[in-house]
Amino acid sequence: MTQQDTEQNAGQDTGQNAGQDTGQQHAEHPGRFGDFGGRFVPEALIAALDELDAARTSAMTDPEFTAELARLHRDYTGRPTPLTEVPRFAAHAGGARIFLKREDLTHTGSHKINNVLGQALLTVRMGKKRVIAETGAGQHGVATATAAALMGLECTVYMGEKDTRRQALNVARMRLLGAEVIPVRHGSSTLKDAINEALRDWVTNVEDTHYLLGTVTGPHPFPTMVRDFHRIIGDEAHDQLQAVTGGLPDIVCACVGGGSNAMGIFQRFRDEPSVRLVGFEAGGEGVDTGKHAARFSSGEPGVLHGAATYVLQDEDGQTLESHSVSAGLDYPSVGPEHSHLRDTGRAEYHPINDDEAMDAFALLCRTEGILPAIESAHALAGALQLGRDAGPDTVILVNLSGRGDKDVETAAQWFGLTGEDAVQAEAPGDDADGPTPDQAHAPSEGIES
Amino acid sequence: MTALDTVFSTCREEERAALVTYLPAGFPDVAASREAMVALVESGADIVEVGVPYTDPLMDGPVIQDAADRALAQGFRVRDLLGNVEAISSAGGVAVVMSYWNPILRYGPEAFARDLAAAGGSGLITPDLIPDEAADWRAAAQTHGLAPIFLVAPSSTDERLALTTAACRGFVYAASTMGVTGTRTSVGSGAAELVSRTRAVTDLPISVGLGVSTREQAAEVASFADGVIVGSALVRALGEGAASGAGLAPLRALTAELAEGVRRR
Repeated sequence: MTQQDTEQNAGQDTGQNAGQDTGQQHAEHPGRFGDFGGRFVPEALIAALDELDAARTSAMTDPEFTAELARLHRDYTGRPTPLTEVPRFAAHAGGARIFLKREDLTHTGSHKINNVLGQALLTVRMGKKRVIAETGAGQHGVATATAAALMGLECTVYMGEKDTRRQALNVARMRLLGAEVIPVRHGSSTLKDAINEALRDWVTNVEDTHYLLGTVTGPHPFPTMVRDFHRIIGDEAHDQLQAVTGGLPDIVCACVGGGSNAMGIFQRFRDEPSVRLVGFEAGGEGVDTGKHAARFSSGEPGVLHGAATYVLQDEDGQTLESHSVSAGLDYPSVGPEHSHLRDTGRAEYHPINDDEAMDAFALLCRTEGILPAIESAHALAGALQLGRDAGPDTVILVNLSGRGDKDVETAAQWFGLTGEDAVQAEAPGDDADGPTPDQAHAPSEGIES
Repeated sequence: MTALDTVFSTCREEERAALVTYLPAGFPDVAASREAMVALVESGADIVEVGVPYTDPLMDGPVIQDAADRALAQGFRVRDLLGNVEAISSAGGVAVVMSYWNPILRYGPEAFARDLAAAGGSGLITPDLIPDEAADWRAAAQTHGLAPIFLVAPSSTDERLALTTAACRGFVYAASTMGVTGTRTSVGSGAAELVSRTRAVTDLPISVGLGVSTREQAAEVASFADGVIVGSALVRALGEGAASGAGLAPLRALTAELAEGVRRR
């Protein structure tokens, strides 16, 4: 197989025949995206991965399965999610039109539910009774705990201890839903370490347990399967935008931690050459500071968590700790298909620093009455920058991957709105204390008001 | 005939199993880890696995992970392990390296094979690299006369047992239980069955790991396997000796006990 064949397959590997295409065309290297992907896991997991691959391949072509998933999306998740134009926010983007795909309005509050319902149905189909999951910001954990409750599955969620502190509300939600939440204290105590623990659990309990992995990384078939469960985001957004504007977006923006929401919205547009696909990763305190999660800015190709992909690593191949104000983007690796899209030039990836993301977060709150997840705020910040560069009438589609309820405490601390000082504090944008939205681009309606 | 082949044929002549011992390089520090590995050879280990400390060791239990964390915190570098390999070879032992794939990938598979062979190493065990993904490594190992050693697991299908053992040289690593490394009260009833299924598809020696910590367990595994692999129990003994001031005495004692165990088949 040539490199070009592989790329074409990656591009065309869509819809209901996704599993078949991948399985057949990558017989020697299943789940490869160019040089990336694959299966770098203990032999003990191979049988389970093969079982999962067979199950998802047959499920995606089984009308009963696809109908049940569609029913759940409609009656339980609340799909289709709306497309919202945000003109007051877009006033800060150089005259571009900005549309938000509202994954924040799904049941459980983020795009994560799309993948979770699909995998939970597969778990039942495979006759397994327990699911395990890793979670960073907690949205994947909440979605998994929700689906487990809905389908009568046992559920254990691994979460870095640092993330359990900054996402305490979601920890409580998971426990209310009946999940066991296990704080992980190894390494950086963030998402990376939660994935390690989940993989350990899976190696030990693979017979009756499905690892409900929450993003487009991991060993084959996870990157392909998770992408396919999320492609509904792009499919809906395409049709909705077409109805409003009569055309395609010029730019599609999404935040990229592992990269599942980005892959979901990119998928429908990747074969449309006029559409720029742009992912925004966490620049943290700045790529030059070393405190970031900008894999494409300073990472190198390597292997982590079962896949060949870009990894933040030192010269010995030891994983470096990442940093981000956003727990969901605080991850030193990235889904392998993103690495492929990046190296082939089909998608571009840029870092957004913590302060830029928080400024965009505040701006959306104050101009549109929408409180975004801090993850999604990275894409919003990116859209503002791209809009200013691209000029008037540019149509930008932003995947608003989740809602910010879980991030209220982080944001309140960031903007100095907690504790005794909060009595005096005005709001983000007040010029008294703390980081403020970019004053040069403050909305005319007055973000300071 | 490689050093690994010689070990197993000697053990076969002596009608016993080989004792395969694991310690991470750089624990409790670089110099002490070399002394500890020499002590293994002197106390009856037939093969020494030199573990490469790694930040994300997803097959390791807490004992080995903590030791690896300590080695990394003290500045362990991957190239340091070559000194361990040389020390083992100089002491008359047979060394193989056990490493997760990314450190080797970063080093460069060809360069690593060259340097490992030059240091006197015999092979590499790769817990997260299956033969399907190992074309580059297998070629480099072949060039430099090293044994690629892959794992088989109770969940491996017969097809995968055949595929995996066909890619192995030296010996096959049978992970006896589903799970991570660490001592267990019993070795697991699936171990003998896994060895038997593996024997059906290969003539290579089969070593069993994951769970062995005592003379009795070593003897039990030796009754059906060609090699008995011990890791966490030795790491614990090394750590306790370092902490209590007893030095290498507990490590030597446990190694000798296990060496006795593999002779009681």
